[in-house]
Amino acid sequence: MQDSVKPNGITPSQTVGPFFKYGLTPTGDYAWNDAFTNSTLTPDVTGDRVRIEGRVFDGDGAVVPDAMLEIWQADAQGRFADPQDKRALPNASFRGFARCGTDKDGNYSFDTVKPGVVPDPDGKPQAPHIVLAVFARGMLRHLYTRIYFSDEAGNAADPVLGLVPADRRATLIAVREAGKAVYKLDLRLQGDNETVFFDV
Amino acid sequence: MTFIYPTDSNKAHPLPLSPEYKSSIKRAPSKPLIPMRHTLSELTGPVYGHETVRDGDNDLTTQHKGEPLGERIIVHGHVRDEDGRGVPNSLVEIWQANACGRYVHVRDQHPAPLDPNFTGAGRTQSDASGYYRFVTIKPGAYPWGNHHNAWRPAHIHLSVFGHSFVTRLVTQMYFPGDPLFPFDPIFNSVPDEKARMRMVSSFDLENTKPEWALCYRFDIVLRGKDATPMENH
Repeated sequence: MQDSVKPNGITPSQTVGPFFKYGLTPTGDYAWNDAFTNSTLTPDVTGDRVRIEGRVFDGDGAVVPDAMLEIWQADAQGRFADPQDKRALPNASFRGFARCGTDKDGNYSFDTVKPGVVPDPDGKPQAPHIVLAVFARGMLRHLYTRIYFSDEAGNAADPVLGLVPADRRATLIAVREAGKAVYKLDLRLQGDNETVFFDV
Repeated sequence: MTFIYPTDSNKAHPLPLSPEYKSSIKRAPSKPLIPMRHTLSELTGPVYGHETVRDGDNDLTTQHKGEPLGERIIVHGHVRDEDGRGVPNSLVEIWQANACGRYVHVRDQHPAPLDPNFTGAGRTQSDASGYYRFVTIKPGAYPWGNHHNAWRPAHIHLSVFGHSFVTRLVTQMYFPGDPLFPFDPIFNSVPDEKARMRMVSSFDLENTKPEWALCYRFDIVLRGKDATPMENH
């Protein structure tokens, strides 16, 4: 029997809790170094550099000062820094991953490049997007959502946005500030204008 | 890239809203999650080089001038996928309270002493077979404000990546036989008892270091690419 080798199922998730900062996002406040920052930028990165920022709110509209957000994305050419993506990655030091803890006012920010177009499983183009995972005390498992960009015409035909009821799509679209390479997107964990989360 | 990580595996996880755990009440989505097919964005995930983990980052007892107080332990095991394959080169991060049940986090006000020789953070990368190992001290139980006389069972927080963004896992490792299990709403947020017990490490006498440290084994199982549904519900 293979039973001794094959596990009976996955390890269940548990909340990240309120006290992860000194281990996961110390950012100089604790005697531990950061494995990651809130930036994916590397010296050889190509493409449009952008900042994405916003706040995280709970079901009462109160800010969430103890959330951790992680992003994962393709580079500006739509290629992932992962050997499972067989296409060449021209900007070799780009990793496409970043992590940010919210501050006392619930703020987060990421410095990155706008990703390129990534195909869906049928080869159909997806609009530029970033995958976002949200962790917090009170969240027993992290939730997945996506960040799209308000100035992308491809949003209209994006196959994943197309799964979302039209009146909720705005919760996934970061809005470009006039004249700046800054996009704003607030996350609402519950309630009115609740952020769309995906079952993946 | 036609493989899929079956979403059935996610049934082992807690539901977002678990009212006994008070903090979940205002932080769980009220609308159902929207199912979607995995695209390259979900099927790929971050890959790390050796610069992410420094020598000694997996030993939480040697990060300061002196040795931390408490019971020195080895925590080791394999990162595997649901099909039993080892998951190599996966980042594993841990954080935990000290032996008295106190975190160094500034917002932890539990009146138990801090230990100047213990931060409580560590990280390592699984090896080619998926094996990982930490040396640390056994964390203490601690009270929290969820309900009257609420105490968390001793636990170590773990963060694991695996090979795709959908295998990402943050969990807690518990110690065998903890009398606080029946009373902890976070532990019991996992509905299936067998799944719950997969969060409990096992005492590993064979790998204790005589006259030095006890040992606990904890295998971390991530979603598999070709996982077949569990038959033992």
